[in-house]
Amino acid sequence: MPDKRASERIIIIGAGQAGAQAATSLRLEGFDGSITVVGEEPALPYQRPPLSKAYLQGNLAKERLYLKPDAFYQKTKIELRSGARVLSIDRLAKTIELEGGEALPYDKMLIATGAPPRRLKAPGAALKGVAYLRSIADADALRPRLEKTIRLVVVGAGYIGLEVAASARKAGLAVTVLEMEDRVLKRVAGPEISAFFEDLHRRHGVDMRLGVRLGSFEGVNALESVKLENGERIACKLALVGIGAEPATRLAKAAGLDVDNGILVNEFACTSDPAIWAAGDCSNHPSVLFDRRVRLESVPNAIDQAKVAAANMVGRHVVYDAVPWFWSDQYDVKLQTAGLAEGAEETVLRGDPDDQRFACWSLKGGRLLAVDCINDPASFVIGKRLIAARAQPCVKTLADPAVDLKSLLS
Amino acid sequence: MAKITFIEQNGAKHTVEVQEGVSVMEAAVNNMVPGIDADCGGACACATCHVYVDENWRAKTGKTEAMEESMLDFAYEPKDGSRLSCQIKMTPDLDGLVVHLPEFQG
Repeated sequence: MPDKRASERIIIIGAGQAGAQAATSLRLEGFDGSITVVGEEPALPYQRPPLSKAYLQGNLAKERLYLKPDAFYQKTKIELRSGARVLSIDRLAKTIELEGGEALPYDKMLIATGAPPRRLKAPGAALKGVAYLRSIADADALRPRLEKTIRLVVVGAGYIGLEVAASARKAGLAVTVLEMEDRVLKRVAGPEISAFFEDLHRRHGVDMRLGVRLGSFEGVNALESVKLENGERIACKLALVGIGAEPATRLAKAAGLDVDNGILVNEFACTSDPAIWAAGDCSNHPSVLFDRRVRLESVPNAIDQAKVAAANMVGRHVVYDAVPWFWSDQYDVKLQTAGLAEGAEETVLRGDPDDQRFACWSLKGGRLLAVDCINDPASFVIGKRLIAARAQPCVKTLADPAVDLKSLLS
Repeated sequence: MAKITFIEQNGAKHTVEVQEGVSVMEAAVNNMVPGIDADCGGACACATCHVYVDENWRAKTGKTEAMEESMLDFAYEPKDGSRLSCQIKMTPDLDGLVVHLPEFQG
């Protein structure tokens, strides 16, 4: 008997980390029907994290961003439709319509459209010289400008903004960072980590402005200065806006799928349509570990959730319960975060921030929720395991660098 | 160009040829060698590109840095010769390198 699945057609919308992972995982799961990955960008699926770091600094060739070589997709019979835009999903007919009019049929679908940068709505935001960073094309446009510019103004002190600030300092530019909150990385890290990164950037010569609001971008045809709400003007020809991302839910919403800060999926990564799954930055899932809905913007989430989606698309029953984790590289500092600190009632410091190596543990009612680790992979790995186990680790051990954390695992 | 041979637990060998400067992890991923996940893309952040460098090659692949050392500590079954393959860059000296793959990635 021929396998019924051999004639099944799976369409993946989005050729980023989640889309590419799902395609690969479907083959590893033994799916031998057709897989078509539709991506808006012209390139092979690639990794985005280096775009603000090594690639922006000119230390990584474009080919090395690609997740897999072209030959991989040919060998595994994964059809890539690069540079193709999906206009709509017809859930009744089970087709998608591409720009240009072509309709592609599907039996099952994964939406992995990601989360593009939030656009700043300020006067002058459309001026040449106001840049965003998400794609290879964005990075390719930004890099030569970094070489020609004296000062870069970064709007937003999140991961992207601070990583670009570090890259620009390495390239010798003067850098001003504007952040409306009272500390950097406020959305993703605790106060100790924020203070550390604020100090790190200041020591590297960044002009860090916290608690300031941008008024407008000024210039005739191109950016000439950034004006703050308090009236101050900073002359610059280049500004990088990194004020967060918004899930790409346009297609899902138009198709009538449930959407609320991302495409709503269940713990199996399935949307409100049993033939459609969603994974990565665009999806909003019930976190088994944290007992609430979350939408995560991270590579590990994209990879792990895509693996779960792929398994369930071929009929398995796998719950997505991976511990969220994140990393960032700035100057010679590596930040690794495991878990989600939201709701923490207690934080415990291990090590001394002045040593450029420490960890900050966030707990609630004794249970470990998250750990932020600066150049401290041991705390990261052990923290991740403790979080997965819903452990209530001994706070004294966490706080004492002289005690081996491994003792907490037994 | 330099050659690397990856040997799976079951003895299956994969010999690939790569340009100098790329990492052993990239060599594996680009040539579809199974068993190297490399989730973080080479940032030394995830320990899913763990390999065992063959005994005869350990002197040439050099020492592990502190960050890699700590990550390896938590990889699946670390032992002598354990490395994160994203941290080994191919040089002319490493032409012919032999590495063994672990059963699982952490």
